[in-house]
Amino acid sequence: MSKAFTATRWAPRLLLAPFLVLFAVFMVYPLVQSVILSMQQTFGPAHTRFVGAANYKNIIADPLFWRAVKNTLLFTLGSVFIQLPLSLGLALLLNRPGLRGRTFLRTVFFAPVLVGVVFVAMIFGVLFEKRTGLVNQTLHAVIGWDLDFPWLQRYVMPALIVAALWQYIGFNMVYFLGALQNVRKELLEAATIDGAGAWRRFIHVIVPQIKPVASFVVLLSIVGSFQIFELPYVLMNGTAGPDNQGLTIVMYLYQMGFDQGDLGYASAVGWLLAMLLVVFTLVQRRVGADSSRRSLA
Amino acid sequence: MSDTLGTRHTRTAIPTYIILYAAAAVMVVPFLWLLCGAFKRNEDFFTSSFLPRGDGFLGIAWSSLTLANFRTLLADGSMFRALLNSIFLSSATALVATLVCAMAGYALAKYESRLGRLMLGIVLAAVIVPPTLLLAPGYQLLFQLNMLDSFTGLIVPAAAPAFGVYLFRQATLSSVPNELIEAARIDGCGELRIFSAVALPLLRPMVSAFTLITFLGVWNNFISPQIVLQSAGKFPLSVAVAQLKGVYYQDYGLQIAGTLLSVAPVLGLFLLLQRDFVSGLTSGAVKE
Repeated sequence: MSKAFTATRWAPRLLLAPFLVLFAVFMVYPLVQSVILSMQQTFGPAHTRFVGAANYKNIIADPLFWRAVKNTLLFTLGSVFIQLPLSLGLALLLNRPGLRGRTFLRTVFFAPVLVGVVFVAMIFGVLFEKRTGLVNQTLHAVIGWDLDFPWLQRYVMPALIVAALWQYIGFNMVYFLGALQNVRKELLEAATIDGAGAWRRFIHVIVPQIKPVASFVVLLSIVGSFQIFELPYVLMNGTAGPDNQGLTIVMYLYQMGFDQGDLGYASAVGWLLAMLLVVFTLVQRRVGADSSRRSLA
Repeated sequence: MSDTLGTRHTRTAIPTYIILYAAAAVMVVPFLWLLCGAFKRNEDFFTSSFLPRGDGFLGIAWSSLTLANFRTLLADGSMFRALLNSIFLSSATALVATLVCAMAGYALAKYESRLGRLMLGIVLAAVIVPPTLLLAPGYQLLFQLNMLDSFTGLIVPAAAPAFGVYLFRQATLSSVPNELIEAARIDGCGELRIFSAVALPLLRPMVSAFTLITFLGVWNNFISPQIVLQSAGKFPLSVAVAQLKGVYYQDYGLQIAGTLLSVAPVLGLFLLLQRDFVSGLTSGAVKE
């Protein structure tokens, strides 16, 4: 950097000041405070009592928490293993040379990303209704499906996965498409000349090159899915659904912190969630690294 | 592309088009259904999937379509109020956050210092903090600052997103040349004027993308207003519409009309400005 830049000292501080103040007050402080809070019991925001590790012990002993963990994991696995392959498939199809209407199609697939989760929940809440919902009506007309099939009463998780699939498939697709457009054409052509079919080109040429973006998308997907709250909360009308089928970790946090007023307990749930996220991310990186070693061999 | 590739591609072109357009049709269905449902009478939901069938043009009973859902929705003024609240909250947050992040991102990119490098590390670390972790302590903080149930309590905490600073730093590095800054300095331009008159115009693509993304994020945010706000007169659309489900749980037309009212403005904005949106939402990870 040139000397002229270091000559002025007050300007950078002035430019940084608003961010620094807000960041310190609304990000760093609450983050630190959440550690302290997680060792307290609170009755609303004003009254606190130190309880040490009791919150963590109570959470781990609460079967409802494990129910929430199980539901959240199911949803996450559904998102990663159903949504992402489909997104990649769409991106591969969209990426074919000379395709007409690519911009139009991309816009259509991407549009649901702009719809807020609350509104997605509102739409799918009615789509999955028993008699009036489009899902049962269509399935009834095509394969004689039961018009009273109880999606939101008995099969909450599939409904959630479908709604999330609609919302995010285009988002992931745009990332994959970007990565595919950066795949080097010469390598693809060389592989074709060497007699590699579409599948072998995909595994040996495309996959290694889109790997960094793909693992980023998997990471985003895991982090997002782990924090799912609004979709089931609004879909189930502010409840965890029948038999807690729609109870997720963040919904458990919300119920404890804001319905029951124990912000300390909720903070402890937040930290357990963060730890689970770290573990899951490490596992994902490990799996990703292993598979890349295999593809090189 | 070589000829060998070309012939292969024409052979498989038709299935590609069929799959893509079929998938696109499925993606459009919820939107189409939203548009139809908002104008339907409640009883018609039982007998028709999209528009009620009848003797009218195209076999549709146009006369059974109604504006009653919107009339009921807007009758007591609370939903219109929610619309205004959403517009205000989203615009105010977007403008403040963009300015704060642009200033900080520019400073981190163009003024070298040890403190700056440290800050960049902290900013990057902050991006991975799950926002849900801050819900409880954030609520307690707003209580202590006496900012609960106020717009300030929603706007101010959202005004300094760490990833925004990172985006603006990257944008500054790639599109604001040092020579231009030095030339302006030689011409006697002050440091803050260099930022506003030289750098900001060059950062315009990131400014518009980031403003739009933040606007959209606030518009669609549910959990923060749900936690922070208590009085119904302050609710944005996200909270007000979600409550329709509880109050009018059997009145699908009304719920759908409210949802359409909330979704249509952002979709319209997107269609107008879509290139900014897409490049902005995925910037940092993908070169478009």
